[in-house]
Amino acid sequence: MLLIACPYCGNRPETEFRCGGQAHIARPADPTALDDDAWSAHLFVRANPRGIHAERWCHAHGCGRWFNALRDTVSDRFLETYPVGAQPSRSIETEARA
Amino acid sequence: MLEVRYRTARALPLGRPETTAPDRSGILIRPADAEARLTLRVRDPGRSAADLLLDRPINTVAGDEGRWIARLGPDEWLIGTAEYEADALAATIAADLAGKAHALVDISHRNVGIDLSGAHAAIALNAGCPLDLGEAGFPEGSATRTLLGKAEIVLIRRPGPSPRYRVECWRSFATYVHGFLQEAAFGVGHGE
Repeated sequence: MLLIACPYCGNRPETEFRCGGQAHIARPADPTALDDDAWSAHLFVRANPRGIHAERWCHAHGCGRWFNALRDTVSDRFLETYPVGAQPSRSIETEARA
Repeated sequence: MLEVRYRTARALPLGRPETTAPDRSGILIRPADAEARLTLRVRDPGRSAADLLLDRPINTVAGDEGRWIARLGPDEWLIGTAEYEADALAATIAADLAGKAHALVDISHRNVGIDLSGAHAAIALNAGCPLDLGEAGFPEGSATRTLLGKAEIVLIRRPGPSPRYRVECWRSFATYVHGFLQEAAFGVGHGE
């Protein structure tokens, strides 16, 4: 069983969670100023890395809160989970060096 | 209006609870009586409301069996009380939280409770619930929302040395959850 560390509840089974896609996507401050290409890029174009990926997760069948996680898409290992609005303590660069 | 509300609330989907002897698994599964439940959402709750503690850690339950409050998340509580106390308790909580933005909703009609007890009750629950229900992982006084089979439940472990659990599920899931637990307990009894 894959355990995911919810920042509020601790280690919980994966079936209680929902993945919400890539994290840290900032909505453009003034969407009307964007052309169609830039707007569609914001809406639809996502990173699909082989390696460490920042994702949004929701503890849907638990506390119900959204949080962020760094996950290795190769090994499916969760490196870190942290609350919405926070930044991870490690980055792709620091992990690559380690 | 009140009479109509309470008459509909008493039509329990699992029927009236019966006192039956536990089968060879030693697990007693008993649908709970009609109870009032309230759900409370408030971001900055303070210490307590209507003598119910709000500042307890997440995933714990406080109070006794007559009136309990489970903290399910940073800003979410599930409150259970006797059926006739629902309106008075809701009014008291609302008065204590006056001035704070909060949502207090009566969900008595939606929730159905099932009580489980017996030394092997955790084994029956683990047939469909992936949580670690050992003494360290889920001690007495724990309460959390989780899954049982395909249904979402709130699982509460009552205080006390012998394992006693309360499973709270939605009304439309009640027959499924009750049947699931009965089959799981049957399996526990025949596996030994």
